[in-house]
Amino acid sequence: MRLTQGTFSFLPDFTDEDIRLQAQYAIDKGWAVSVEWTDDPHPRNTYWEMWGHPMFDNPDAAAVVYEVNECRKEHGGKYIRVIAFDASPGWESIRMSFIVNRPKEEPGFRLVRQEGEGRTVRYTIQSYSADRPEGARYA
Amino acid sequence: MTETADDPAPRPETVDLARAFEDSGTGDVLRELDEEMIGLAPVKSRIRETAALLLVDQARRQMGLATEMPTLHMSFTGNPGTGKTTVALKMASLLHRLGYVRKGHLVTVTRDDLVGQYIGHTAPKTKEVLKKAMGGVLFIDEAYYLYRPENERDYGQEAIEILLQVMENNRDDLVVILAGYADRMDRFFESNPGFRSRIAHHIEFPDYSDDELLRISEIMLGEQNYAFAPEARAAMAEYIAHRRHQPHFANARSIRNALDRARLRQANRLFSEARGPLGAEELSTITETDLRASRVFRGGLATDRARMAQAAE
Repeated sequence: MRLTQGTFSFLPDFTDEDIRLQAQYAIDKGWAVSVEWTDDPHPRNTYWEMWGHPMFDNPDAAAVVYEVNECRKEHGGKYIRVIAFDASPGWESIRMSFIVNRPKEEPGFRLVRQEGEGRTVRYTIQSYSADRPEGARYA
Repeated sequence: MTETADDPAPRPETVDLARAFEDSGTGDVLRELDEEMIGLAPVKSRIRETAALLLVDQARRQMGLATEMPTLHMSFTGNPGTGKTTVALKMASLLHRLGYVRKGHLVTVTRDDLVGQYIGHTAPKTKEVLKKAMGGVLFIDEAYYLYRPENERDYGQEAIEILLQVMENNRDDLVVILAGYADRMDRFFESNPGFRSRIAHHIEFPDYSDDELLRISEIMLGEQNYAFAPEARAAMAEYIAHRRHQPHFANARSIRNALDRARLRQANRLFSEARGPLGAEELSTITETDLRASRVFRGGLATDRARMAQAAE
């Protein structure tokens, strides 16, 4: 099951040139772009591991593509995303986030039902890959 | 989206080089270079040649005759104060107009910005600088300091390796200009053959002649709304002739420093001598006495030190 999180996730995978153009858009807007990776695909897993510092003062997006490729060398079999942080007052949050790298096999999620008091049923999802320990989740 | 087979841009049959020259704004940059920089004839002709080459190369790529990006890394060699940084700035804007770099900004660094203090510090530092320079021009001043043969554990080597790697793999993303004194740069290239082969354009900056320095001094004063009194101009010419043979002569930079000191003396003189209100004329004129007070006319730094040593004894 293809993970659909953030912007553009229903589109085919981006090429490096596509990544560069999107990142350049964010940079031109004055947002700080950074690269993050994780191997826990749960949608509520907000805080991914940072790959280096956010790039506050790089005027050109080639630097972002460079870092994405450096990150792929290390974490090629995991999820990698590019996020753009808007520091302007009144916003101070992520403006844009898109996945640029994903594992070959994405096993998807199982639905878990919990019987609560008075026959209440609580639903949650669990990633199949998260059964295995961190670092051993994807080939 | 990247170019695919289904959107073949129509290839032009002919190219108008003169038109491309004007449209890209290359002409403006070259004219600016001609007007703002005094002397430096060999440098200017080299830059004009380079611009022509790049323009033709661009046209060839439009017609599908060439696909490779040419190597644009350069080395600027010359004595201090010969305008290397200023020309690098112009070069960055030239490459930007021609579409060889996307942003056209200049990032100036020295060894300290690239090489770390301890193990594992150098690589991130160098990469940070390279990332900042992407889309523009990275200007490494006194590049030979990167390589310290006397210390085999020097971290400079690590910075050099990363630099070479990025210069090769990210050729479309940034242009590196190495700058420094001619003889030391030669030795640097000898011990790092990787650099020599990756640098296509070696540009030499000649020293300025006395006459050129005098013109430069007038322009520098003009920029700050000062002017020489007629006899002060002669004094300046004499000053330049003297200064050239004294230690630590740095071409235009020495001139700038001399003018700064002359302005200081002028301010002092006005303060101590002025009786009553001063006009714009007095406030912006450098006179002969402001220049003649310089120790350069008495033999320079060396004689001053000798006298002080004598006094100390």
